[in-house]
Amino acid sequence: MALELDSITVRYGQTAAVSDVSLSVSDGEVVALLGPSGCGKSTLLRTVAGLEKPSSGAVRWDRADLAGVPVHRREFGLVFQDGQLFPHRTVAGNVAFGLRMKKVERETRDKRVLSLLELVGLEGYADRRVTQLSGGEQQRVALARALAPSPRLLLLDEPLSALDRALREQLAVDLARLLREAATTALVVTHDHDEAFTLADRVAIMSRGRIVQVGPPAEVWSSPVDVETAKFLGCNKFVPGSFVGLDVERVGLRATALRVDSDGLLEGTVLERVHRRDHVRLLVEIGGEEYEAVGPVSVGDRVRLAIDLDGVARVG
Amino acid sequence: MLPLAFLGLFFAWPVLAIVSLGLREGGVASVLVDGDTWELVGFTLGQALASTVVAVVAGMPLAFVLARCRIRGLGVIRAAVMVPFVLPTVVVGLAFRTFWPDGGVLPIVLANAFFNVAVVARTVGGLWAHTDRRAEDAARALGASRPRAFLSVVLPALAPAIGSAAAVVFLFCATSFGVVLVLGGSRYRTLETEIYLRTVELFDLSGAAALSLLQFLAVLAVLVLGALARRRRETALALRDREELARRPSGGEWYVVFAAFAVVAALLTPVVGLVTRSLSTRDGWSLAGYVALNTRGDRGTLAVTGIDAAVNSLRTAFDATLVALVVGVFSAVVLVGLRRSGSRVSEVLDTALMLPLGVSAVTVGFGYLITMDALPGDFRTSPMLVPLAQALVVTPLIVRMVLPVLRAVDERLRQAAATLGASPLRVWREVDLPLAGRSLVAAAGFGYVVALGEFGATSFLARPDAPTLPVVIARLMSRPGELNSQMAYAACALLMVVTVGCVLLIERLRVPSSGEF
Repeated sequence: MALELDSITVRYGQTAAVSDVSLSVSDGEVVALLGPSGCGKSTLLRTVAGLEKPSSGAVRWDRADLAGVPVHRREFGLVFQDGQLFPHRTVAGNVAFGLRMKKVERETRDKRVLSLLELVGLEGYADRRVTQLSGGEQQRVALARALAPSPRLLLLDEPLSALDRALREQLAVDLARLLREAATTALVVTHDHDEAFTLADRVAIMSRGRIVQVGPPAEVWSSPVDVETAKFLGCNKFVPGSFVGLDVERVGLRATALRVDSDGLLEGTVLERVHRRDHVRLLVEIGGEEYEAVGPVSVGDRVRLAIDLDGVARVG
Repeated sequence: MLPLAFLGLFFAWPVLAIVSLGLREGGVASVLVDGDTWELVGFTLGQALASTVVAVVAGMPLAFVLARCRIRGLGVIRAAVMVPFVLPTVVVGLAFRTFWPDGGVLPIVLANAFFNVAVVARTVGGLWAHTDRRAEDAARALGASRPRAFLSVVLPALAPAIGSAAAVVFLFCATSFGVVLVLGGSRYRTLETEIYLRTVELFDLSGAAALSLLQFLAVLAVLVLGALARRRRETALALRDREELARRPSGGEWYVVFAAFAVVAALLTPVVGLVTRSLSTRDGWSLAGYVALNTRGDRGTLAVTGIDAAVNSLRTAFDATLVALVVGVFSAVVLVGLRRSGSRVSEVLDTALMLPLGVSAVTVGFGYLITMDALPGDFRTSPMLVPLAQALVVTPLIVRMVLPVLRAVDERLRQAAATLGASPLRVWREVDLPLAGRSLVAAAGFGYVVALGEFGATSFLARPDAPTLPVVIARLMSRPGELNSQMAYAACALLMVVTVGCVLLIERLRVPSSGEF
């Protein structure tokens, strides 16, 4: 047991940004706080960092309450969405900052800086000015800076959100590998489920200040706890389980749940088709209801559709 | 608490002492029913209003050029604009007297405006430089002509800055002392000079106190208005870097550039006139005035030589700057911290720190005279009195210069440093100080020249055996003898050279123009 959040509530005046949240992160584990913007996940992260005071509840590390421990003594690294590098220092100066605060001697410091720059793939960048770096490079430096003093816990606040999509996907994979290799205990805040599932061992879904579901990515993905969570995780249609041949009360369908297949059991008419990145998305009418589906057909076609259980989530 | 203690001891107490003196001796009532008082108030506000209008009109083209144009000689313009603002008031008064030997209303208005063009150009230009050009482009794309786009998009965006600059200028003009004293003589008097005359020449303390009270209330009203304008300005705009917005002027914009150059020429005219006057005597060109700086003036007008006064000036201004820097930076840090925690106290403190800017230096100096006796030791004759009074005048300027820079530092940058193990003090040293460093140096240099030229409070407090240069100049001008006036002009030129040197040095630091002055 490493980090433990015990029924934390954070209030701003009358409104509670976080209400009664309990969560634990064990040694070496990566947990993602996933939720739409405004759900309180960043506030929770800032509370862990010590930047916000909980109005009730406790943040504990190895069973010791951190209430009286100020930000700079917690030894929790923090990476912001937009890096927040020190503009007056070089790349190496940024990475070395935490080591200087720990009074690490120069030689060890320099070595550590170089090895971290290598780790994040920025060898030879040591003497660059941070203002000359691209967004992705800045984010890598921010990560190296946070990791340099070997924090007990790494906090990542939407670490990849400010980047464009291709870079984001690449960096998410890199970051996941990096966190595993360094066996880092980490708490990641994100609104992007791809990102959460790539990075995390466990995902905690937040909604309106509360954690509604916690579990491994595959479990959360296939069995969202309620309709709202299922919607947030990409389900856009809810039908009885019998519709897809499952013995559950209700299931959620994602866009890929129905696939054009001449052997399929369902039949409908194609109303619209839209090109997406790697497939064609259809809007199909089946028995007076509209469903999303995938397949290479034209508008107006009568098609048969089969069910792909990978695109179906059990809800509730 | 330190800034509040400083303000309390060296500002609030003396001012309140004045106020209570005015109330206690029944001076207020008799002054209020006196028709002359209202004439005085009318003239004070009238000339301030006229000066403000002139300063705003002259300052706008300069603001445009400083903010939007990429042309040669921008640095020169920037320095030239700043010079008048930091020139000692007595010097400005004298400079205008070389053109209007008898003074009058017009030179008073022009001299006040001359002083404050810089405030308008810098405050408005500072905002203009960071206002997104695309809103204007959008208006043009929607079919607005250039003047129309300016009137309906640019001007409203700048209105808060113009409003706050105008409020500050109005305060400066309403409480301007040296200029009115030199150019108005006994004919044209404002509240400020009347307070001085009543105190020094008529010993009518209660009348002076009543007038001070009147002035204080007016200043407070204007400051509150200014604070409201400032608040709107700080919240409403998406700001961008100047670099990506400045470009070469085109088409009709050249007229504005020419107008700006005309204003610069007009600003430099009195300066040149002054230097010329310092070098010419009835018998042709001469350095007699400069040579005389090493004497005590014609028939011992002064208790010390001009050179001694100059040295004393430099030393006093240094002490004043040091005090103001400590108090000002400390206040700015506290204000940023308070603002962060969303406290209303920050707004009150913010406005309180501006008060010394508007309350007449004469009132402060006068207040010192009647309160400092109560302090332990012989404080009234202490050589620290003058630097403290000057520091009071300089501190608000330093706060205004440092505060925007500190506020611009992203709070999360400080938090990043904290999570990396930096204590609050260390965060300040590692993050705030390096980022605000240049503007700190600039603020110090700026404060130094303002202290150097401070006249209102100093003229009250400086002992005859330790005067500053502006005091010496005023004394020399008030006595007959051609050598005396020659010497005064030479001292002005000397003071100007030091001032210009400092300003150029500050400009060399290329401080981002986000400060308000």
